[in-house]
Amino acid sequence: MTRTEPNRSPKSDSENSGNGGGGGTTAMRVIVPLQGVVQGRGGLFLGSVIPCAFFYFLQFYLKRNRKNEPDRNPDSEDSNSGSPDPTRSQSVGNLTELTSLPRSLSRILLSPRISGGAVSVSGRAGFVIKGGDSPYHVGQKRVEEDPYDESGNPDGVIELGSAQNVKFNLEDDWVSENPREVISDGLCMSGIASYEPSHGLMELKMAVAGFMSEATKNSVSFDPSQLVLTSGAASAIEILSFCLADSGNAFLVPTPCSPGYDRDVKWRTGVDLIHVPCRSADNFNISMLVLDRAFYQAKKRGVRIRGIIISNPWNPTGTLLSRENLYALLDFARERNIHIISNEIFAGAVHGEGGGGEFASMAEVVDTEENVDKERVHIIYDLSKDLSFPGLRTAAIYSFNDNVLSASRKLTKLSPVSSPTQHLLVSAISSPKFVQRFVKTNRERLMRIYTELVKGLKELGIECTRSNGGLFCWVDMRGLMSSYSEKGEIELWNKLLKIGKINVIPGSCCHCIEPGWFRVCFSNLSERDVSVVMNRIRKVCESCKSQH
Amino acid sequence: MMERSSNNNNNNVVELSRVAVSDTHGEDSPYFAGWKAYDENPYDESHNPSGVIQMGLAENQVSFDLLESYLEKKNPEGSMWGSKGAPGFRENALFQDYHGLKSFRQAMASFMQQIRGGKASFDPDRIVLTAGATAANELLTFILADPNDALLVPTPYYPGFDRDLRWRTGVRIVPIHCDSSNHFQITPEALEQAYQTARDSNIRVRGVLITNPSNPLGATVQKKVLENLLDFCVRKNIHLVSDEIYSGSVFHASEFTSVAEIVENIDDVSVKERVHIVYSLSKDLGLPGFRVGTIYSYNDNVVRTARRMSSFTLVSSQTQHMLASMLSDEEFTEKYIRINRERLRRRYETIVEGLKKAGIECLKGNAGLFCWMNLGFLLHTKTKEGELELWDVILKELKLNISPGSSCHCSEYGWFRVCFANMSEKTLDIALERIHEFMDRRRKF
Repeated sequence: MTRTEPNRSPKSDSENSGNGGGGGTTAMRVIVPLQGVVQGRGGLFLGSVIPCAFFYFLQFYLKRNRKNEPDRNPDSEDSNSGSPDPTRSQSVGNLTELTSLPRSLSRILLSPRISGGAVSVSGRAGFVIKGGDSPYHVGQKRVEEDPYDESGNPDGVIELGSAQNVKFNLEDDWVSENPREVISDGLCMSGIASYEPSHGLMELKMAVAGFMSEATKNSVSFDPSQLVLTSGAASAIEILSFCLADSGNAFLVPTPCSPGYDRDVKWRTGVDLIHVPCRSADNFNISMLVLDRAFYQAKKRGVRIRGIIISNPWNPTGTLLSRENLYALLDFARERNIHIISNEIFAGAVHGEGGGGEFASMAEVVDTEENVDKERVHIIYDLSKDLSFPGLRTAAIYSFNDNVLSASRKLTKLSPVSSPTQHLLVSAISSPKFVQRFVKTNRERLMRIYTELVKGLKELGIECTRSNGGLFCWVDMRGLMSSYSEKGEIELWNKLLKIGKINVIPGSCCHCIEPGWFRVCFSNLSERDVSVVMNRIRKVCESCKSQH
Repeated sequence: MMERSSNNNNNNVVELSRVAVSDTHGEDSPYFAGWKAYDENPYDESHNPSGVIQMGLAENQVSFDLLESYLEKKNPEGSMWGSKGAPGFRENALFQDYHGLKSFRQAMASFMQQIRGGKASFDPDRIVLTAGATAANELLTFILADPNDALLVPTPYYPGFDRDLRWRTGVRIVPIHCDSSNHFQITPEALEQAYQTARDSNIRVRGVLITNPSNPLGATVQKKVLENLLDFCVRKNIHLVSDEIYSGSVFHASEFTSVAEIVENIDDVSVKERVHIVYSLSKDLGLPGFRVGTIYSYNDNVVRTARRMSSFTLVSSQTQHMLASMLSDEEFTEKYIRINRERLRRRYETIVEGLKKAGIECLKGNAGLFCWMNLGFLLHTKTKEGELELWDVILKELKLNISPGSSCHCSEYGWFRVCFANMSEKTLDIALERIHEFMDRRRKF
C-alpha cells in the first residue's frame, strides 16, 4: 500500500462529510461537494472521496457493533495504577479491535505519536505501551510488593494468580543429591559455549520426549526429531502463530481461555483471536455447534480462520478433554481444512483421573486414528512449568508437519534456549527413575491440595467446576457479586485482593462470557496455606454479605 | 479477503503462512551453504587434515582459556551458589521476571562501560535482556517500525540481518551503498540517496541500523561519521540503532567510539531518545551458546515495550546468575578485555601479513573476528556470478569456506570475509599455506 502523506488522517474527510446537524443542512453538506462532480476536477475529487470515507466509517461502525461480545481487557505486562477502571477497560477493548483491523487502518488511526518523545515508535509498540491495566498484572504487582510468607509475612498477599508449580520440593532432593550436575554442568565451557542448534540439543530433545511420554502414562511415544525447543511457552505459541496464519487471519479459541493468548498470539503477528464462548450450563464444555457458528460468522465477515487453539488440561477450568472431544475437534479441523494447536503445557499436572476422565494427548489420538490428517496437529509443551523451574525457560513445539518443523527450527534462532540450561536439564530429566518419581509425587501433591481447597470452598458455599488437571480450579463466585456484570466481577476481584489479600484471576481476563468466575491457582500452596486462604475468603464473604 | 483458497494442489492439504514458506530467512544463501560443505567434511588437525577449514563463522575462540581458568578458580564445585547451595539454585530457577536479575544487569552495564574505557556510562535499568543479539535486533525492529516501513542499513552488512530485521517483522531493508573508494565509510551523500530511494517508492524510513565495529568489514566507524549519522537521524526524525556486539574486539581501545559516548554529552532528550544500542556476549566473550543479548535504549517507551516483548525471548535465570559474578569482577574483566584484544590483533596481523605475501590485499581493519579480503583481481567477470564462481573454487579446491561479499550485499564484487578467530594458530597457518599454493599455481599460468 502506498501513501504519499503518512500522517494524513481520513478523519478530516469525515468531518467534511455529512454526519452532523439537521436533515436539511446534512443534505446540503453532502450535495454541495457532490455538485463538484459536475463542476470540475477538485469537486470530482471531493465528490468521490467524501462518500467513500463516509462509507468506510459506516462499515467500521457497523463492524464494531456487530461483534458478539465486547472485547475484554487485553493482557498487558506492567501496570501503572492501582485499580483497574472498567470504563478504561472498555476503551482499551476498543483499542484491541482497532489493531485487529486491516493494517493500513491501524497505522492511520493509531497515529503513533507518544507524548514525551519526538520520534515515534511503531503501531505495534504503541499498542503494547497503551495496553490497559489488566487485573492480571495489577494483582501480580501487589503480590510483589507484599508477598505472603508463612513465618515472615503472614498477612501478606497470597499469590493464587499465576499458574506456576513453585511449592514443589522434589527438586530439592535431586539438587542436594546431585550438586555436581546442577552446578558444574553449566561451567563446562567447551562444547557449551560454541553455537549449537538453536532448536535444541538432540540429547535434551530425547529427554523431553521421554518426559512427555511419562506424562501421558506412556500411551504415546514422542519422536525427538519432531520436537523444536524454544525459550518459553509464550515463544512456542507465537512461533506457531507466525507459521500457521498470516496477519489479518484468525484462530478460534474456546473461552474461558488462558490470559496469555492475547499477548502470545496477537501482539506481533497481526493474527486475531475469535473467542468462542462456553457456558456454565454446559459445564464449560466446547459445543461443536457454537464452534461451527463462530467459524461461519467469521467467514461471512471475510475473516479467514487458520486454526483452533485448545488446551488440555484446560486453562482455566482444569477439565480434561475426552477422546470423543478430541476426535470431534479433529473432524472439525479436517472438514474446514484448518490447524489445531493443542496446548498441553499442564499435561504433567494431571491429578484427578478416575472420577473425572482420563488425559489423552492429541498425539495419542492422532496416532490411533487411521484417516486423520496428522499435518494439521501441533502440540505445545512447557518443561519449565512441569518441572517447576520457570526461570529456566524451556518449552517445546511437537508437530507432525515437516514444513512447520522446518520453519519453526529457523524461527528458534530468535528465541533459543541457553546451552548451559540445556545441559543442566539433560542431567535433571534423563534419569527415568527420577522422572517417574517426580511425575507421581507431583500428581499426588496436587491432588491433595486440590481436594483440601475444594472442600474448604464448599464449606463456604462456593462451588468449583470439576478440575482434573492443571494447577488451578475454576471457582463460581457469582453469589458474592453485588451485581451480575463485569463491573460486579471486578469489584469482587478488588475485594479479594484488598480485603482478602489474595490474588486471583477474574474470568474477564480469560474472556469468560459469564461474569463471576475466577481462576484460583493452588499449586503455590502448601497444605497449611489452604486454611489460611479459606479464612481470607471467609472474611471477604462476610464483607459481601454485610453489604447486600 | 481471500477465503479458503487452495495452494497449488487441491488435496485439502492444510496451508502454512507466508512467513513459514518464504525464504526471507536467507538460509539458502552461499553464506550458509558453505557451512554445509564444512559440516560434511570438517577439517581436523589429526583426523582430517585435508578437510574444509571453516573461515565463514565469526566465533571467538582465542580467549577461551581465560574464561575456563577463571571459572575453575573462583567456582569450584558448589560454590557458584554461595553458601546457599541447593536452595540457592532453586531460588534462582524460580526467578522468572522479565526485568532480569538486577545483579546481572548491573554486571552487564559495568562490562559495557569497561569496554568503552569508561567514556560512557550505562544505567542497568535501561538494559533489556534478550536471548541473543539476533533477538535484540528483531525486537527493536518490531518496536521501531511497522510492516512495509524500512530501515536503512549500510552495505556490506551481516547476512543474518535479512532474517533478523525482515522475516517476521515485514520491515524492509534499504541499503546505504558504501564502496572501497573511501574504505567503505558511510558518506552523507550515500545516506541521502538511500533515504530518497525509499521515499521515491513511498516507503517510510523509520531508522538507520549500523554495526560498529562493522561486520563484515572488521573496522570501526569513525567518530565524525557517527556524528553525521546522528545528525541525519535528527533531521529526518528517525531512529539510530547501533549494533556494537564486536565492541570488545577492537584491537586498540582508543580507536573505538561508541554512539553511547556521543550521546553521553547530549542533554537534548529528543536527540537521545532516538538512539538504541544492541550488545551480546557471544562475540567478545566467545559464549554464543549462552544466548545472551541486550537492548540498551535511551528511550523510556522503547525500554518498557522491549521489556514486555522480551517475554518471547528470555534469558534463563541460571545463565544470568552464572555470568553475573564473572562480569562484575572488574579485575577479571579488565584483564580479559585487554588480553582478548591483544590476541585478536596478533591473529589479524598474522593473516593480513600472510595474505600480503600471497599478493592479496585486505581492507585496513582494526576490530572483529575477521578481515575483509579483496580478490577482485581474480574474477573472470566483475559480477555476482564471477564472484560466486571464485567462491566455489576456493571452497572446492582450497577447501576453505569464506563468505562472498555478495551475500553481504556488497555493491562491489570480489570482496570476501575471512574469519580467523575460530581456529587454532596452527589451523590458520595451514589455511594461509593453502592460499599461498593456490596463488603460486595461478601465477604459473
